[in-house]
Amino acid sequence: MNSKENRTTLSAEELKFEELLASGRKIEPRDWMPDDYRRTLIRQIGQHAHSEIIGMQPEGNWITRAPSLKRKAILMSKVQDEAGHGLYLYSAAETLGADRTDMLEKLNNGKMKYSSIFNYPTPCWADMGAIGWLVDGAAICNQVPLCRTSYGPYARAMVRVCKEESFHQRQGYEIMLTLCKGSSEQKKMAQDALNRWWWPAIMMFGPRDDQSPNSELSLKWKIKLFSNDVLRQKFVDIAVPQANILGLTVPDTDLSWNEDTGHYSYGEPDWEEFFEVIRGNGPCNKERVSNRREAHENGQWVRDAAMAYAAKRAKISLSQAA
Amino acid sequence: MSASAASTKSDLFTYTLRQADNSMVLCQRLCEWAARAPELEEDIALTNIGLDLIGQARSLYQYSASLCDPKVSEDDLAFMRDAHQWTNLLLVEQPNGDFADTIARQYFYDAWHLPFLEQLTRSHDTTLAAIAAKSVKEAKYHLRHSSMWIKRLGDGTEYSHQRMQDAIATVWPFTKEMFVADELDLRMLEAGIGVDLDVLKRAWESQVVALLISATLTKPIDSEAITGGRQGQHTEYLHDLLAEMQVLPRSMPNRQW
Repeated sequence: MNSKENRTTLSAEELKFEELLASGRKIEPRDWMPDDYRRTLIRQIGQHAHSEIIGMQPEGNWITRAPSLKRKAILMSKVQDEAGHGLYLYSAAETLGADRTDMLEKLNNGKMKYSSIFNYPTPCWADMGAIGWLVDGAAICNQVPLCRTSYGPYARAMVRVCKEESFHQRQGYEIMLTLCKGSSEQKKMAQDALNRWWWPAIMMFGPRDDQSPNSELSLKWKIKLFSNDVLRQKFVDIAVPQANILGLTVPDTDLSWNEDTGHYSYGEPDWEEFFEVIRGNGPCNKERVSNRREAHENGQWVRDAAMAYAAKRAKISLSQAA
Repeated sequence: MSASAASTKSDLFTYTLRQADNSMVLCQRLCEWAARAPELEEDIALTNIGLDLIGQARSLYQYSASLCDPKVSEDDLAFMRDAHQWTNLLLVEQPNGDFADTIARQYFYDAWHLPFLEQLTRSHDTTLAAIAAKSVKEAKYHLRHSSMWIKRLGDGTEYSHQRMQDAIATVWPFTKEMFVADELDLRMLEAGIGVDLDVLKRAWESQVVALLISATLTKPIDSEAITGGRQGQHTEYLHDLLAEMQVLPRSMPNRQW
């Protein structure tokens, strides 16, 4: 095949890809796709999966200390859901040719990232409330549109993830509500948690649109359907009235209702902090990754044993069949 | 209420509490594995088992609480009792150790718990029988899960075999307590409410011996039984476990969470 023919074939494939995108149908694993589309998705889905896995730690931290049996059961379910989300997402990434073991290896050695939000500490029970309410609330704003993302396996995984995230958000808000109706000390815990989680949650949507280098292509490919700032605004508009119901103060002195836009105006987060945390200098980056690595290394002999056992079984059933 | 009815009620309370405490303490141990398991699937499996156990504990605490006068809540029973008031088996409070230690503890308990629950489904106490009927389905999965790991680790690599053999030896002395019937066990058995631990012992031993053989493991040499859990005499481990579990409600009592 000469190069001219090759280009023609590619154009036909590209054309078909563009048509699929334009028609709103899903791109499926066997469809041709541009290499960059594949790479972008593997990076995004992989980071998303890693975020779920690392995200188990800040809340897993409180399972053994949950203050009632009901809260303990809910928190166990929630952290378990996160492991499940990790599994769906790794599977979605594997349909693109990625490998879970390899992705986990990259998480453990720092070559792949996860959401910076999980590099903040959870020193207080109210953090379980604030994480559910704000962090899962922000995640839902990001993730609901992903149920319609252009890549089929990712979109379908997100449908399931979003259903569970909605339960996570509600249980978090209910923790806040209970604390705010409780003693002054409990309400103080809730306010303190809001103070610490508000800005990190605002920053979960990523840099401002004019500072977000990857966004344009992702929007073109319909991997992403709304820009960072659009989603951030949506979150602020939902969360502020919820804070008012709790009787808590959002730690943003620039926050005000804007009659003209019909939205809340809000202040500028500390982007320097954002980039510092991404660079690995957040309060818990090292701890989160080293815990992950430790669990992986401590489990190596167990995984080896399972493989050895399976190999022995396979050999026995083969010799029995012969 | 006649004296015998009162004593039956108090017996029923303690008998139910013992089962609740077993499930609760073992659940708390499994919670310590969150985000630390050898594989994602195993993280999910251990949490599943923990969730079953906390569900059982809650049903049993709620039933125990309903037998109390004055009334208490499930959370009072879980969070406001000191170690000497806990009646769980010593086996379940033993620390997680590594994965082999956790599996050894879990398997020996599961192999006891399932036939215990199966007998309890025939209890004259309809509430206990109903809770047992629901829990049996869960315990079947727990036993299948831990049995598989005993086999995988026992008959896996040379290293895992040794780890599993050592883990079995570590918890073995605590397994005896599961079959020691005290006065309460005998009264409950006679009343048609409780479980016959002698019958259980035979079922447990034959199941355990068969599995250890198939996993290429050796049954440890019998030693003196270590007992006392049901009378509130616990190993030091339970004190630490409760200190962690109860910290919030103890530091801020009478609050809603």
